[in-house]
Amino acid sequence: MAKYRVVHYINQFFAGIGGEEKAGHRPEVREKIVGPGLALNAGFKGEAEIVATVVCGDSYFNENLEEAKKEILGMVKKYNPDLFVAGPAFNAGRYGVACGTIADAVQSELGIPSISGMYIENPGADMFKSKTYIISTRDSAAGMRDAVAKLVPLALKLVKKEPIGSPEEEGYLERGIRKNYFAEQRGSERAVDMLINKLKGEEFTTEYPMPNFDRVEPNSAIKVLNEATIALVTSGGIVPKGNPDHIEASSASKYGKYDIEGIEDLTEDTFETAHGGYDPVYANKDADRVLPVDVLRDLEKEGKIGKLHRYYYATVGNGTSVANAKSYAAEFSKELKQDGVDAVILTST
Amino acid sequence: MVKEVERAGIPVVHICTVVPISLTVGANRIVPAIAIPHPLGDPKLDPKDEKALRRKLVEKALEALCTEVDGQTVFDK
Repeated sequence: MAKYRVVHYINQFFAGIGGEEKAGHRPEVREKIVGPGLALNAGFKGEAEIVATVVCGDSYFNENLEEAKKEILGMVKKYNPDLFVAGPAFNAGRYGVACGTIADAVQSELGIPSISGMYIENPGADMFKSKTYIISTRDSAAGMRDAVAKLVPLALKLVKKEPIGSPEEEGYLERGIRKNYFAEQRGSERAVDMLINKLKGEEFTTEYPMPNFDRVEPNSAIKVLNEATIALVTSGGIVPKGNPDHIEASSASKYGKYDIEGIEDLTEDTFETAHGGYDPVYANKDADRVLPVDVLRDLEKEGKIGKLHRYYYATVGNGTSVANAKSYAAEFSKELKQDGVDAVILTST
Repeated sequence: MVKEVERAGIPVVHICTVVPISLTVGANRIVPAIAIPHPLGDPKLDPKDEKALRRKLVEKALEALCTEVDGQTVFDK
């Protein structure tokens, strides 16, 4: 029997091209197995084979979404694969968005079954889990073996058009799809069992999980801009030179609050980025490119805004858990409110 | 973070390069930026033009903050 043909998508890092300094790498095809493709291909045990690997830089993909998608679709199509695998991307945000975007596109536009793998907090997971199968992985590449072990069987089932089990059975992220089945016990019994478990404080699994829409309504606009106090916040890791609070380059465990009174311009000698998830060259040279202090000072002097708040807040948004980011922001937002800040400009890289 | 600032009752604008992520995260006022490693700059420009570009983005962000919105809005014009 002929082997199923697989095209694999990976980023510049997993292809061994380089880290953030190479994130602008344009899409290219290699007619061989690259990086994590080795584990994947071995997992297929001869049933399927990677015939080509598409490599693209994470920043290139995310900054040129439509173009990159078109280019890569063309590359994939050329190899006429039976299956498309993207990633796994673990908790790498831009990589996750790239994997989800391209897996979804290959599936919907070329009709080729696609699969990816991500950590549940990867923004790409929320964006694409309802559109394509995404294996639930750990938050770093240390979980590669486990990811491959779950990805391979599901991928083969997709190619062979075999029935796909529930997210728990197959290890993919819930897609919000409900499937009818014949239960052994009728609904009333199951409901009472659940209730009893709940009353006893034991575990129970709802059959109808509510979607989690955590949305916050927008606040009213600023009424008088030239009287307003504007504060800056960034997830781009801009810190005073030397990173006095030692904010980590990834999975930040804290945020910093920094006094910018009297500072007109962020310079190479005074500020830098602590962020390890993007090429730091441009921000280290001129941190205003991430935290626009210079321009806000001008606007302050010209009377366009009331004033720039004395402190700015910064953390590194790179693999930082949602729970942490949430608690940092809840804490400093309270301070901002107490300090009479009227509005916030939050910048992200 | 954007959502927590908003939840605290402070209007907030998110300047970011990857707009789909910002939409997923739940920002209400969004201004698309230039590029991931330099959202508010462009090292290819000379410093004067680069600052002018940054000023335009910040002005757009301020305009967003002065605009009433009803749900998620991308200020890309």
